[in-house]
Amino acid sequence: MTNLLINGKKHTLDVEPDMPLLWVIRDELGLTGTKYGCGVAQCGACTVLVDGAPVRSCSYPNSAAQGKHITTIEGLSPTASHPVQVAWKDLDVPQCGYCQSGQILAAAALLKRKPKPTDQDIDEAMTNICRCGSYRRIRAGIHQAAKTGLGIDSVIHMVSSTAVLSQGMKTGEDQQASCSGACQHEHDHGHDRTVQASLDASSASSPQTTPSRGFSSNCA
Amino acid sequence: MNTTTQAFTTLDETDSSSTSFLKKTATSRRSFLVSTSASVSALTLGFHVPSFAKEGSAAGAAVEVNAWVVIHPDDRCVIRIARAEMGQGSSTGLAQLVAEELECDWKKVSLEFITPGQNLARERVWKNMSTGGSRGIRESQEYVRQAGAAARMMLIQAAATQWGVPASDVSAKDGILHHESSKRSLHYGQVSAQAALLSPPDVKTIRLKNPKDWTIAGKPAKRLDTAHKVDGSLRYAIDHRAKDMLYAAIKASPVFEGKLKSFDATAILKKRGIKGVVKLDDNAIAVVADSWWRAKTALEEMPIVWDEANNGQVSSQSIAEHLKEGLTSDKNVFADTNVGQFDDAYAASAKKLEAVYSTPFVTHACMEPMNCTVLYTSERALAWVPSQNAEAALAALADGSGLPIEKCEAYNQTLGGGFGRRGGPQDYVRFAALVAKQNPGRPVKVLWSREEDMTHDYYRPIGQCLLQAGLDEQGNLKALHVRVSGQSINAYLAPHNIVGGKDRRQLQGYWPEPGDAQLGYTVPNLKIEYAMRNTHVPVGAWRGVNTNQNAIYLESFMEEVAHASGKDSLAFRQSMLKDHPQHLRVLNAVADKAGWGRTLPSGVFQGIAQFMGYGSYTAAVAEVSVKDGKVKVHRLVLATNSGHVVNTNQVAAQVEGSVAYAFDSLQSESSVLNGRIVETNFDKYKITRMVQLPKIETVLAPTFNFWGGVGEPTICVVAPAVINAIFRATGQPVRSLPLKNSGLELV
Repeated sequence: MTNLLINGKKHTLDVEPDMPLLWVIRDELGLTGTKYGCGVAQCGACTVLVDGAPVRSCSYPNSAAQGKHITTIEGLSPTASHPVQVAWKDLDVPQCGYCQSGQILAAAALLKRKPKPTDQDIDEAMTNICRCGSYRRIRAGIHQAAKTGLGIDSVIHMVSSTAVLSQGMKTGEDQQASCSGACQHEHDHGHDRTVQASLDASSASSPQTTPSRGFSSNCA
Repeated sequence: MNTTTQAFTTLDETDSSSTSFLKKTATSRRSFLVSTSASVSALTLGFHVPSFAKEGSAAGAAVEVNAWVVIHPDDRCVIRIARAEMGQGSSTGLAQLVAEELECDWKKVSLEFITPGQNLARERVWKNMSTGGSRGIRESQEYVRQAGAAARMMLIQAAATQWGVPASDVSAKDGILHHESSKRSLHYGQVSAQAALLSPPDVKTIRLKNPKDWTIAGKPAKRLDTAHKVDGSLRYAIDHRAKDMLYAAIKASPVFEGKLKSFDATAILKKRGIKGVVKLDDNAIAVVADSWWRAKTALEEMPIVWDEANNGQVSSQSIAEHLKEGLTSDKNVFADTNVGQFDDAYAASAKKLEAVYSTPFVTHACMEPMNCTVLYTSERALAWVPSQNAEAALAALADGSGLPIEKCEAYNQTLGGGFGRRGGPQDYVRFAALVAKQNPGRPVKVLWSREEDMTHDYYRPIGQCLLQAGLDEQGNLKALHVRVSGQSINAYLAPHNIVGGKDRRQLQGYWPEPGDAQLGYTVPNLKIEYAMRNTHVPVGAWRGVNTNQNAIYLESFMEEVAHASGKDSLAFRQSMLKDHPQHLRVLNAVADKAGWGRTLPSGVFQGIAQFMGYGSYTAAVAEVSVKDGKVKVHRLVLATNSGHVVNTNQVAAQVEGSVAYAFDSLQSESSVLNGRIVETNFDKYKITRMVQLPKIETVLAPTFNFWGGVGEPTICVVAPAVINAIFRATGQPVRSLPLKNSGLELV
């Protein structure tokens, strides 16, 4: 019998000692937030915290976890209120989302160890694979959660449909086309802007709201 | 936030204990059929009179105003989505488009994914469910906006009737109907049941909003499906759970096209939890157990003998020789473009350049490996799938189970990545059906190991390209020849698309016709050819598909030509894009925003590229340094004109995300030895990691006069921009990918 303490709850299980912790968590206990990605500790989708440290549970026998505190994504916070989770929602970090349980736990462990991480700290700690390419927003999310002031989220340059570009060339066959709403600010139509789109949470439920935080207008 | 915590449901019955399931499904199917007969003509547009409204629905029930819009009495608005969500965010974008016309309160919008069985039963009221080719929004936008508008018109009519006023005097905004002169108002939820009884408006009477008046679409709305992705509660297909579920691990012949010769299950059948061994077709085998880990472990231990057919000696080297022959052969080759007289012009050129480029097979490596859970009985087959084309998954389920398609249903879940792997072939669904059929009455989750996933993909096709350029005395490009030799996706997956022996798809991005993937350059003597050279390795669509290789070939070679002509890389391209102002405009936009030619730190060089794919125009500038073979990309500026932009934030997310696959284009390779794929997992296959990602700036340059795709078109310009920067940094062109072939490594 294996005794495991997962998210503060004790479980007694009749499983082989070498069954990886991942499969105990997923298939025996039904906590499916922890994902299978590679089985060889390369991708980090299966990351859980063992006594607060990130562990790739696909390559970690459950017997080694006995007597330790295991935290899965379901146990990170009761209402998805961990600063990393909040930042992830705020910045729309996930795309498909499959790797994000592991990314979030790896990020949470990093912040516990290093409350104000540098980009280099992030590079070293965040080796989890994301195939959608959410890496930039993961980095921004960590900076935001840590309040390092270093995080730059997506930089979006808006080029107006009537802009005269490079070397004075008139560049469109569509000079008459009107800007139809892609710009966030009505008054910005007709000239270019640069937006650092750290979108305000309020815009999540109300896209009509002009985002008020994190935008800097930098007209070209 | 309430808007996101409950934002998302599928029409999935999570309790799959078979009897309750079948009962529920039968009931819902009956109601669909009733409703279908009610209004056949309306169905073609997705408008129909819901059955329960006619039968007299109980107070408090949600009401289907039309196939796309369901409104609750408390005004919560459910928008139905037919296209798959695999991270690209188009489900939120599609909802924005419906909501924009519906004039509902965006804060009260949630998503519901329809099933292919429902679509079939309702005569495809939701139309195409296939999600690939960056088509999710551009191909659905018109009819989903019309559906939103039609529902709004019906809600307005219902309020007008209740008030006894003309519909033209009633306005709708934020889910509230107003009668201005009498100051009366009603919420959508108060009239939706009455609205649902009305005949849908004739589509010809529907006037869609001018996008410049959009208030919900065109904005950087947050995704509606994020909350469940940060707390582990979103269930992907791989997470499906059901009572008495069995698990299966599978193994197909490691050598493609090989056959299963023999196996010995004696030992493993004695192991704990092992329920059986199942032969699949003549080329694969599965172990079924009470736990996936037990199944996989036993499968690895089981002695299996494969017949490698004649493919056991095939290697990357032998494939390269095969493709090389196609670069100069007259056999099985066709010219898609032949303008002017290339041969004469080239012969007469003051300066000639010739180069051969090559790109390898690469794998998708969706984070969620291939999987599918199937519950089979002699009466019914149900599948929980991650598919980019749920209707194709349904067909594969019918095929594998041997049941008529009407007796099958597929519950498509949010995909843990798609990238083209789950769009065409539904091999993982069919395999699961075959396993489940041999275990009737119990759901079986068939999960591929990463190794199985990575060695049995439909790879991005391998290719080589011979390029020849002839310049005049002034360094103008007068003659260009592009000969692609390589594998054909259509030949493997869709031979019917090859007309008269000409597979134009492999020349994506070089096409002369406007609209989708047009070549931007005007060259007076231009010959573009394709020599089909197939291998035994399966190939398919890999995010961006053939624009990836073709942009690398042409845009990297253009840099060599620009260099030889003594001209600036940007100016050289500009001079040849004058006939194609949309291509030129995006190139100029990226050059402006990147600061082309700006002073850079010592050792940092810029590279530029442009291309067109999926109806959108893209361009990139990369800033790169190379030291001791280590390539560091410091900054990427990526410009896109997709015509319209439905959600700026999500378009930016797709552009940023494109870099992961684009860097794979530079560094990854699935190589072949002894007929099989060498790189079996992430420890051997080089894959894009966070540390490699530079600062990324997105340039959105929409012109609002067409609908282009977003998920794919950016990928293809990134790799050539980086390659061109490497060329400027080192003076050595990179012609053979992955980068390690040139002694380079992306760090």
